[in-house]
Amino acid sequence: MKVTYLNRDIALGPYVPQEDDDVIICRCEEITKGEIRRAIHEGMYTMTEIKRFLRTGMGLCQGQTCTRLIKNILQNEMKRAVQPNEEPTPRAPARPLAMENYGKELVK
Amino acid sequence: MSDTKTANVIVVGSGIVGNSCAYYCAKKGLSVIVLDEDIIGNGASSRNGGGVRAFFRNPLELPLAKYAIDNIWPHLSEELGVDIEFKQGGNFRLGIGEKEEANLKKLAKEGNEQGLKVDLMNQKEVQNFCCYVSPEVTYAAYCHNDGHANPLITTLAFYRKAKAMGVKYYTGEEVVKLATIRGKVRKVITALGNCYEGDAIIVAAGCASTKIVQTVGIDMPHAPSIIEAFVTEAMPPLFDFMMGTASSAFYGHQTKHGSFVFGGGSGFESFNDGYSDSCPTRQITAPSVMRGIMKYFPCLHDLKIIRTWAGWINNTPDGCAVIGPVDDLPGLYIAAGYTGHGFCMGPVTGKILSEVISGEKPCVSYEQLKLSRFKARQ
Repeated sequence: MKVTYLNRDIALGPYVPQEDDDVIICRCEEITKGEIRRAIHEGMYTMTEIKRFLRTGMGLCQGQTCTRLIKNILQNEMKRAVQPNEEPTPRAPARPLAMENYGKELVK
Repeated sequence: MSDTKTANVIVVGSGIVGNSCAYYCAKKGLSVIVLDEDIIGNGASSRNGGGVRAFFRNPLELPLAKYAIDNIWPHLSEELGVDIEFKQGGNFRLGIGEKEEANLKKLAKEGNEQGLKVDLMNQKEVQNFCCYVSPEVTYAAYCHNDGHANPLITTLAFYRKAKAMGVKYYTGEEVVKLATIRGKVRKVITALGNCYEGDAIIVAAGCASTKIVQTVGIDMPHAPSIIEAFVTEAMPPLFDFMMGTASSAFYGHQTKHGSFVFGGGSGFESFNDGYSDSCPTRQITAPSVMRGIMKYFPCLHDLKIIRTWAGWINNTPDGCAVIGPVDDLPGLYIAAGYTGHGFCMGPVTGKILSEVISGEKPCVSYEQLKLSRFKARQ
């Protein structure tokens, strides 16, 4: 996957606290809007970088709830459209699966 | 073509190696530009198991890993201003049977000779040390020096710090060609037609490095392979140590978050379609690693797997990294070919190269890892 060219010398302006910064965006990992906005101001300019830096979308639901919310926050802060291919890659398993069941898949 | 951008140092690759080179060079007062074809650290730096270990390492690399563990890792969180979750909980290597016991004994002897502190344990001692280990395990080695850290945060923490110090980052900027000016490698040209120029060019692009240095006539032998890792649900703290086996069935650790990160291969990791910018997981790999884990730690059988992923490894003929300036071609530096165990060595590589580029004596000797060690058969 080719990603969009980005000169990261970006002036987002000073970080200004917002009224709803305490709202939890990623419920599995309990990450707030303020933490996400701060990470963007520190240079996490993509969905995947925010995820890796803060653990957003890394919990049990794998971002099924928060991915779209984070995308909106990122677009608002960066004033640019996030392309669908910039979202974190979905990976197996589709739902949490016990190791004893996952590991049963023997090669015949 | 746009204007040429110049800096003292141009780094190709924004993984842990590239970002640490950028950070340490900026710390020396050098101006730095970092280029990456992808986003920040999207290669092995964000896909590895987080092992920070000197034990079980080739003697060529061991002094660098040991220096990093003794002098860099313990205070890296403080230095970068982000908790990178470094935990020096030791490295616990398990063995089953006489052959593995002999292998562990040999490695423990080598480790102790090189200044590590490695203890050997028999079956009873293993059970006393950790009651979760299968009674099938007959022997183990425990290295006190080693530990683990969070590779995702460490890589991004180096980037964040380097960026705050004025390092310029360009992502989605694929390097296609290097070029010389009067016999010195100075120019870096990208797929978009942009040109960058620097006094030192560091190629730290993982599997893409070979192709890049080839454009100035340098052959770096490498073979890509693909391995996998996965993460489980969070559990209360059970293990402090990095765990692995003498047979390399799997490796892993419990993170600060409580989840376990495990990694390994199926045995077919070097048989693939060749390095590309995608790295799909395979049906057979993760289950094979899971069976390995359950053999050594049966109590983890009902732990739920949340996510699996894959990553490319840049293998070299002797399984050790290529670090340092390239002989006969001034201006070019390589830091690649870490063969799947580069995370621990990332920070020290940046420190060494920043010192070499500044004309200082490096903190630890690295000459044994230069590309010139690979010589043709005859």
